[in-house]
Amino acid sequence: MPGLFIDVKVSDKAAKDTAVVAKLAEVCPVDIFAQDQGGALRIVEENLDECVLCDLCMSAAPSNSVEVVKLYE
Amino acid sequence: MRFYEYESKALFARHGLPLGQSGVADSAVHAREIAHRIGRPVVLKSQVLSGGRMKAGAVKFADTPDEAAQIYDEIFPIIVGGQKARSILVEEKSPIAQEYYAGVTWDGRRKLPVLIFSDMGGIDIEEVAEQHPDHVSKTHFSTILPVTPRIAKEAIAATGVTGGALNKLTPIVSKLIDIFLEYDLTLAEINPLVRLEDGRFVVLDGHVDMEAEARDQHAKLLKELGIGPEETRQARPPTDFEIRGAEVDASDHRGVAGNVVEFDGNLGLIIGAGGGSLTLFDAVRSQGGHPANYCEIGGNPSVNKTCELTKLVLSKPGVEKIAVMMNVVSNTRVDIVARGVIKGCIEAGKDPSETIAIFRIPGAWEEEGFKILAKHKVDYCDRSVSMYDAAGRAVAKMKSA
Repeated sequence: MPGLFIDVKVSDKAAKDTAVVAKLAEVCPVDIFAQDQGGALRIVEENLDECVLCDLCMSAAPSNSVEVVKLYE
Repeated sequence: MRFYEYESKALFARHGLPLGQSGVADSAVHAREIAHRIGRPVVLKSQVLSGGRMKAGAVKFADTPDEAAQIYDEIFPIIVGGQKARSILVEEKSPIAQEYYAGVTWDGRRKLPVLIFSDMGGIDIEEVAEQHPDHVSKTHFSTILPVTPRIAKEAIAATGVTGGALNKLTPIVSKLIDIFLEYDLTLAEINPLVRLEDGRFVVLDGHVDMEAEARDQHAKLLKELGIGPEETRQARPPTDFEIRGAEVDASDHRGVAGNVVEFDGNLGLIIGAGGGSLTLFDAVRSQGGHPANYCEIGGNPSVNKTCELTKLVLSKPGVEKIAVMMNVVSNTRVDIVARGVIKGCIEAGKDPSETIAIFRIPGAWEEEGFKILAKHKVDYCDRSVSMYDAAGRAVAKMKSA
């Protein structure tokens, strides 16, 4: 479920890549990405609206595999 | 944060300022013991954080220990300025030859500390300054350059004090400056500083205010003086609204949002930035508005923190609208605050376009913020609208509602 202002979309391939998921969880300054014990990606929905639009997630993942959507545009 | 007289004197004593024999009594028996130990006539002074003790009858003299015990029971219940006594200071009675005033505070206009000295102490310094200006000196000094006793000496001499009195007063007043600077005080005052009939100089009454933001820095001193972290030393106890605001602020380390003071108006305020809170609060009142609260936000609070603050303000009975206004921001992001207040309105079950009377926060990420506000049909303005005019727009909406 998206936030009120921000949504994040991650490609299936990136979401299944434990190394990419670990990187996403590491770089996000507001903890939108988390990695479950099995290595799977979990989007922390309550943090979506805290997104500071830093684009670090998009830089950390393969090109075009992460999209930050501004729901107000 | 104001100190009780006995705490002020304990601080002065650490720096070697001359004080009379004294003790803090918490019972009539204790007052008798202290008076007996002093072995001379004493003065008993109610320990409250307000002036007007003498007029209220909460300062009295006793010639004997038994009389001291009796007077303790008389003055302890007296309410002074709405405050109950914490304890009674029992101090030796001093035969006074002359009274002086010495105070150090900040001059907001000059942005410098100022030493105020008068050879007419014992009464309000404002009254002396008005009626006998030649008996009051004001000496500004730097917080960068070394503070030397010369500053005190010149200030004292400027009121006509000379000779032995000048030489004896100088180190006392110079130490008062040192105390003011060392402990981040907003006021260090001795009134009166007296010359006794035997020629000695003694601090008879003292008043110290510490900058509230400096409490953590001086935690060791405060602990040693017995001032607990729970003691706010404000004019009144915090309201539930204010306590909940503090909880919101403490819930997240990011930024400031929750330092609120409750008022009885109907316009909720989310305001801040570089002195903007006070300016905006005054602007609302000046435009005929009635603030429901004072508030400080800044330092880029999180969306959630701003959201919770917004819900808190909107939870106040009678508050239907809020004004979200700041000075031009640099380290606080406009879009983050916009998200927080809109989310707060929605979570409070209110329409942001109807509830936010005005959003006036120009600065960092304002283009992004304005997109969010436009999407939710919130009335906003940029820096071309002054804070005063923005407050006026909010007040006008309240009046037309």
